[in-house]
Parts: sequence; structure tokens; C-alpha cells
Amino acid sequence: MGLKKVVIIDYNLGNLFSVKQACDTVGLNSVISSSKEDIINADALILPGVGAFNEAMKNLVDLGLDTIIKLKVNKGIPLFGVCLGLQLLFTESEEFGTGRGLDLIPGVIKKFPTNFQNQPIKVPHISWNTIYKSSQNWDQSPLSNLNENEFMYFIHSYYVNPSNKACVLTKTNYNGIEFCSSIKINNIFATQFHPEKSANNGLSIYKEWATIYNLL
Amino acid sequence: MKTIRIIPRLDIKGPNLVKGIHLEGLRVLGKPADFAKYYYENGADELIFMDVVASLYGRNSLHDIISQTAKEIFIPITVGGGLRSISDIKEVLRAGADKVCFNTAAINNPNLIKEASMMFGSSTIVIAIEAIKESENKYQVYTDNGREYTGIDVFEWAKKVEILGAGEIVITSVDNEGTMKGVDIDLVKQVSSLVNIPVIAHGGIGNYSHAVDAIKSGSADALMISSMFHYNSLSKINSNSSELEGNSQFLKNNKNHKSNNISIKGLKAELLKNNIDCRI
Repeated sequence: MGLKKVVIIDYNLGNLFSVKQACDTVGLNSVISSSKEDIINADALILPGVGAFNEAMKNLVDLGLDTIIKLKVNKGIPLFGVCLGLQLLFTESEEFGTGRGLDLIPGVIKKFPTNFQNQPIKVPHISWNTIYKSSQNWDQSPLSNLNENEFMYFIHSYYVNPSNKACVLTKTNYNGIEFCSSIKINNIFATQFHPEKSANNGLSIYKEWATIYNLL
Repeated sequence: MKTIRIIPRLDIKGPNLVKGIHLEGLRVLGKPADFAKYYYENGADELIFMDVVASLYGRNSLHDIISQTAKEIFIPITVGGGLRSISDIKEVLRAGADKVCFNTAAINNPNLIKEASMMFGSSTIVIAIEAIKESENKYQVYTDNGREYTGIDVFEWAKKVEILGAGEIVITSVDNEGTMKGVDIDLVKQVSSLVNIPVIAHGGIGNYSHAVDAIKSGSADALMISSMFHYNSLSKINSNSSELEGNSQFLKNNKNHKSNNISIKGLKAELLKNNIDCRI
């Protein structure tokens, strides 16, 4: 176990157990916590999450964690967002009316249409799907060990639409709709898919994240 | 792209992996954890664990199996059987499940679907529908492994669970389940076209062409398979039957059950050959 301490932020949503298992497997020293003190003292943060955007933001605000997370990220500590944890980093969501996010990155969260070019589309998008490169080079990212078009596990009804496309690390195509499937900007790395549910390829992302940010 | 998921289904009774026909007459096949790991390592896209006797006893007893397997299996795990309340759901999610699947509880209290999907997100809530054919194009919903008649029409119920917030539907043909005679295409196709959420076809897949049919003709988004994989994996998985409780006579007599060389990888190769995308 490394000495660096990673806090998996617990705000009462999502399967934190598997994120913790992935951290353990690659040798990260992690703890699941909703304590402000733990987060303030963390060397890196993981923001997981499955569920509803507004409910998640409400929980973060109620626990007093929203301002601390922003403070830590602005100080430059690494943050790894997963699924809803990616979406929460953006400005706002269209889910159940408009809700404000952490607003660390400008952009909005949009819902998949249930019809595209006259073809019905199943929502949620629940499937293994491929990730491919955007304009951003991924050699310096936690994806550096992966080939293009590897399969990752997706389960979501909403996707992010960043205002500044330079943060887009990978894209994915669901029934003709191309969306941003991961981002990297400064010390933030986040994925729409679940690396902890994407078998060995997913675990390699945890491993590379730990290596790049010197957390082992 | 749109990819099809292959989901081995593990029916569990007490400490054992079991398999029946029409959801009844359970035979002991081995230890669930051995099969789960084997399927994970051989290309399963997800796994589902069903506590098949839980509804009878009113509780789900899979917590130990979930937390044990979730430590070494990094694909989604769905858990079902005997889940009745928000706190039951919380408990299995905390043990390491990613999704929960329920049937009886949803019939008894449809509002649970709404409540659970608001709290955990639609994508966490899978509704199982056990269908028995009554007449041409008429199917009735059953619960408790096809034992209890509900008087509810399958197609109406499928639409209703979507509106209530379910993220996926597992449609089981009780008539075909365990028979390995093929999927009830009409049933799967109807449900899949009625709802806008993913539909998982379950019951009857016994060879690769059944699987291709369920996707091409039935428009299934995923396939849930048990018999075909279990019986073909028996000789490759070393569960010691002498340690197993229950009706393990089948296993003792069939340890070298004739294997047709059917595997998850083989199935996926066949799907790709038929222009059906899936993870390889």
C-alpha cells in the first residue's frame, strides 16, 4: 500500500464497493468516506456515482462536500470522476429541470434522445461500447496502456457536452449518437464508463491513474 | 455502435448453483463462486445471481456470495430474489451488487419501482417478468418461479414498469425456460418493441442459432443464459460435488456431461459472424 491517501467520496449513491476493490487491486491506499476532514487531508479524490444528478448534488451540498471538493481540485490535487462523478463536475444538467453542478468545467449534461434519424434508441445506454480518440493525445493519460477501440462498460441516460472541446479525451458512438466518454483537463480525469466494471482494461486505467499522479 | 450483452445467470439455492426446468426441479451443479469466476474470465459481459428460494422465505441470502465474488470480478453484478424493500436493496448494493432485480415485490407494490429508481437511479433497477403463454399473443405474468398467477397481462405490465422508472426488463418465458429449445421470439419481440428500455431475453437458449434468433428476430438487447453455459462448463469447473448439499445426484452421474464445446467466446464469435456486435 502506498502512503498517499485516496478518498473515495461517499455521498450515499452508487456502488462504492467495486471502486474500492479496484483501488485495492492496483495497490492504492484508499478509504471510502464522507468526512470533510478526510477529504481535506486527501492526496487524491475519486468521485464515483450512479443515480440522479440533482439528488447527488443535494447530497454533496447537505454533507458540505461541494465547496471542499472544489477547493481541493483548484489546489491541484488529482480527481478521478466516474459516471455521475464525471457529470457532476460540469455546470448544469437538464435532468428533471435544470440543476447546478460543481461547475469545475463549463458544459451541460444532456439526455439521450429516444429516437435518432427515425430509429428508436433504448435509454438507458447499457452496454459495452468502444472508446476512441478525440483531438487530445491520450499517451499522457490513464488510458495510455490501452489500444484504441477497447470496450468499456456504460450505464447511463445522460451524457456531457463540454463547452470547451479541448478537455474531451475520448468519444463513443451509441446508435449513431457520438458523445464524450472521458475527459482530461489539468488535474481532472473522468470517465462516463465504469472502469471498475470493465474487466482488465478498466483496472489498467486505475493503475495508470495511480502511476501518472504518483499515488503508489 | 450497439453491442449485445451475454449474461450468464446463476440460480442459487443455499450454498449451491442450481438449475431447473421451467424454473422448477432444481439440480445442484456446483459452487456459484467457481462458475462466476469462470464466466468472468471467459468473456461474460455481466453476471446475475438469483436467490431462487428467497421469495419463499421472504429474504435474500446472497450477501456473502456477492461480497466474495465482487472482490475478484470486475464486471457488473445484478442480484435478485426476495428483495422487498428499499432497505433490502441498499443491503445488496452495499454488499457489492451493481443492480437489483425484482419481480414479486414489484407486483405486490408497483410503487417500489418508482421509489427505488428515484433513489438509486433507473439504471440500477431491473424488473424481471415471468411470462406464461395463455393463448396466441396473450401472456400472463407469474411470480415465484412461475407458480403464482397474478392475472396481469405481460405487455401492459412491461409498459407500466418502464413508466414507473425501471431501467431494464428481463423477460422470462417460463414455458421455454430450462428446455434449451429456443427463445419465444414473439414474446421477446413484442416486449422489446413496446418499451424504450433495454430488454434482456431469458429462457430457452440451447444453441448459438437460438441466440442469433433472439437478437435478430426478437430484437433483444441482451441475452440471459444458464443451462447452455452451465452444462457445457461442468467438466471445466472443479466444484467438488461431495461437499455440496442438496440434490447433487445429477452432478455425480454427469461429471463428464457431454460437452458440445459451447462457450461464451464461441457464442460471441458466432454473433460477430452474423453481424451482431458484441465485446470480444
